[in-house]
Amino acid sequence: MTTTQQIADLVGKISNRPAPVAEDESLFEAGYLDSFTLTDFVGQLERVFSIKVPDADLTPRRFDTLARISAYVEKTPRVNRAGQS
Amino acid sequence: MPSILAFGSYVPPRIVGNDELAARLGCDAAWILQVSGIEERRVADGESVVTLGVQAARACLGQSSVPVGLVMVSSGTGERRFPGPAAAIAMQLGLGGIPAIDIPIASAGSLFALALASSLTSTYGNILVVATEKMSGAASIERNTAILFGDGAGACLVSPGPGPLQILASVLHSDGEGTEALHLPLDGPLQMNGFAVIRHASGKLPAVITEALLKAGIPVSTVRVFLMHQANQNLIDRVARAIDVPAAAFYSNIRRYGNTSSASMLIAAAEWFPEASLRPGEIVCFAAFGAGFHWGALVARAQ
Repeated sequence: MTTTQQIADLVGKISNRPAPVAEDESLFEAGYLDSFTLTDFVGQLERVFSIKVPDADLTPRRFDTLARISAYVEKTPRVNRAGQS
Repeated sequence: MPSILAFGSYVPPRIVGNDELAARLGCDAAWILQVSGIEERRVADGESVVTLGVQAARACLGQSSVPVGLVMVSSGTGERRFPGPAAAIAMQLGLGGIPAIDIPIASAGSLFALALASSLTSTYGNILVVATEKMSGAASIERNTAILFGDGAGACLVSPGPGPLQILASVLHSDGEGTEALHLPLDGPLQMNGFAVIRHASGKLPAVITEALLKAGIPVSTVRVFLMHQANQNLIDRVARAIDVPAAAFYSNIRRYGNTSSASMLIAAAEWFPEASLRPGEIVCFAAFGAGFHWGALVARAQ
C-alpha cells in the first residue's frame, strides 16, 4: 500500500466516509476534514508514520489534499519512541 | 476552606448578530454558526475594560456586604501597556488603597485568578476577582478570528470562610511552547493558529479536569456542572466526550456572547449560579485553556 493510499484510508476513518480518491481534491472543501478532525487526523498520521508534526506545521494548506499530505509525510523525518529523529 | 460567595457579570448592550458580521467580513452567516456555535456577540461602544469590569464587579458586590482586602483583575485586552485595569477598577468601586493586582492572562486568566485567590484569601481576606475583555477590537479583521470573539466582564468574590461554593482543589499549568500559536501583538491584530490551539486544548482540558477532580477525590460522573471557558461550542462538546460525560453537563452561553476570553467563565458562572438551585454536596468544576499556553481547573462543592 502506498503512502497516499494509507493517508486516504486514515482520512476515510476520521471522517466516517469512504476514503477520498482524488489526490488534488481539497479535503476541507469536500468536508472530509475540519478544524477539529484535522487534529485527530494529525495524531493518527504521527502514530502510523512515526513522525512528529510541530504546531507551526499545522496549517490547512499543508494538509489540504492527499498529495500535499503525502509529500509532507515523505519529507518528514521519522522519530523513535523517545521522540528523537 | 476558602469559598466563593457570589458571582456577577456585565455585557455591553450592543448585539452583533452573524448576519451583520458576515456582511462585514464577506462570509456566510450560517458558516459562522456551523464552525463556532455562535449566533451573536456583544460589542462595547465607548466602554473600556475598566468600565466593563466595574459593572461586573458591582453586580457581584451587590450580593454580599463583606469588606474586600484584595482585587485581582484578569484581562488580555487592557487599553494601556501599563498600568493594567486593576487599580482603576478598584478605585471606581471605592476600593482605592487596597492592593489591586493585574493578571494579564487571556482566556484562562479568570481561572488562574480564582485559583490564586483561593490561596491568598487566608492572608488578604475577601478577594474580588474580575475578568474583563474587549476582544472585538483585538480580533476585528481576519475572518477566522473575528467571528469568534465578543466583549464582556465577569466577577466573583472569594472568602476565607464558609460560603455557597467551597473550593476543594485547583490545578494550574503553563507551557511557553504555545506562545506563538495564540498571541496579541502590541500593534495587533490577534494572531491564532486555530489548529494548534484546538490540538492542545482538546488534550489538555480533559487531562486537567481529570487531574483536579482526582486531587479533590471527586468522581467525574458526580459533577453537577462544568463551567468552562466559552471558547467554541465544538471544543466544549469535544471535552465532554473526552471525559465521558453528557454535553449537557457543560453549561454553555457561547451562542449569545461568543468567546469573551478570560471573562467568559465568570459570565457563565454568574448566569448559571442563580438558576441552578444547587443542593449541598453538589460539585461544580471550572476549567479554562488559553494563550500562553495557560490552562487549569478548579473544583468546588455546594454548601
